[in-house]
Amino acid sequence: MSFEPTILGILCNWCSYSGADLAGTSRKKYPANIRIIRVMCSGRVDPVFILKALQSGADGVLVLGCHPGDCHYTSGNYKAMRRMEMLKKLAEQMGIEDDRIRLDWVAASEGDRFAEIIKDMTEKVKKLGPFPRDGGDNG
Amino acid sequence: MAKPKVALYWAASCGGCDIGLLEIGENLLKLIDAVDIVFWPVAMDVKYKDVEAMEDGSIDVCLFNGSIRSSEQEHIAKLLRAKSKVMIAYGACAYQGGIPGLANMYNREMLMERAYLETPSTENPDKVLPQTSYQAPEGELTLPLLFDTVKTLAQTVKVEYIIPGCPPEAETTWMALEALINGNMPPVGTVITDSVKSVCDECPRKRDVKKIKKFHRTYEIIPDPEICLLEQGLPCAGIATKGGCGARCPKAGMPCTGCYGPVDGVIDQGAHFMNAIASVIDSNDPEEIAKIIADIRDPAGTFYRYSLPDSVLRRARV
Repeated sequence: MSFEPTILGILCNWCSYSGADLAGTSRKKYPANIRIIRVMCSGRVDPVFILKALQSGADGVLVLGCHPGDCHYTSGNYKAMRRMEMLKKLAEQMGIEDDRIRLDWVAASEGDRFAEIIKDMTEKVKKLGPFPRDGGDNG
Repeated sequence: MAKPKVALYWAASCGGCDIGLLEIGENLLKLIDAVDIVFWPVAMDVKYKDVEAMEDGSIDVCLFNGSIRSSEQEHIAKLLRAKSKVMIAYGACAYQGGIPGLANMYNREMLMERAYLETPSTENPDKVLPQTSYQAPEGELTLPLLFDTVKTLAQTVKVEYIIPGCPPEAETTWMALEALINGNMPPVGTVITDSVKSVCDECPRKRDVKKIKKFHRTYEIIPDPEICLLEQGLPCAGIATKGGCGARCPKAGMPCTGCYGPVDGVIDQGAHFMNAIASVIDSNDPEEIAKIIADIRDPAGTFYRYSLPDSVLRRARV
């Protein structure tokens, strides 16, 4: 049986979660590997959520927010942008592949885009294989 | 009543914690009056077999410094745990892994190669690496096994209290020892410091708005003596670090590196610090953000200076 990754999606309430909802109501097809948690804003996402998700069973983590300029709270998505950039630099040092962590933007009207992002990320994480939770520790 | 028995031990540490203990000065005399020190390798000639011969639970308190990265250290941690009623993780290494914990960016093989083959001052043409066992004509010689991953004391044995710091400040150490001598220790699990807040709460520097366009390394600028170091672009860990040290480093113009561990309620000090640093970047442009972040050359070493083994990830994937 081929490896089916578990991907955690952390979606902002105003744009991305509505976008995911639209993908559902428009019957768009996308892989069932994504598990979604709704937050009020991508600016709520602490980098530790992502590290903890990886350590607790996720093979990849996707954070989706409103497009830059469209944040319901004006600037939350810019905060997410800065944090994710920093986290990605740390992740590289820690040997976590770049494709496991992704920040992207999905508007409420972009059901298609949501489905495309999930497809793309699932394929990429599938290629990487499971996240090594024990970190390769051999005593 | 018999005096309480105290043991002190050093595992993977630099010896600074033992010096930290001496920093309590004249109070050392009060300590020696009040307790019997039964084991302290740095100061007394006591052998491991003397500890093995002690009855279980016969030591009242063990102050254990250093992280666990070899089979010998693990063995002594378990031994002292069995012999001690109360185990205290003393200092940043025992608490969170400390500086030796940064070895978790590599594995055993990489460390051995670096230390015994690659360093410019090493001449080792036969590529001899330390072995755990060697058959000499006179008999078998053994060395402890170096672990792949550095562990904290609490990841190895049950720990009752923590005294943070690299090394713990004299006030913090004495606060704990005084409680011990007077028999009024706080609830089990307490991180013993005299502050519940962050280093910033003890820091006298003026704080205004934190908006950073450029991060500096400490040698690159001479900071203003009055203004918050983070506002001047030095990644100062005060915001993510428990107080109790009196903000000594920021007072002296050096940014806090986080040795007192996380503030209450935080599970990953490094991620917390990183989160705060990323939030103060003053830009909405992805390219400019990347450029500003590029000035933090070593995020893992900056954010997890003392806490990598105690972090969510525990180690790098190598």
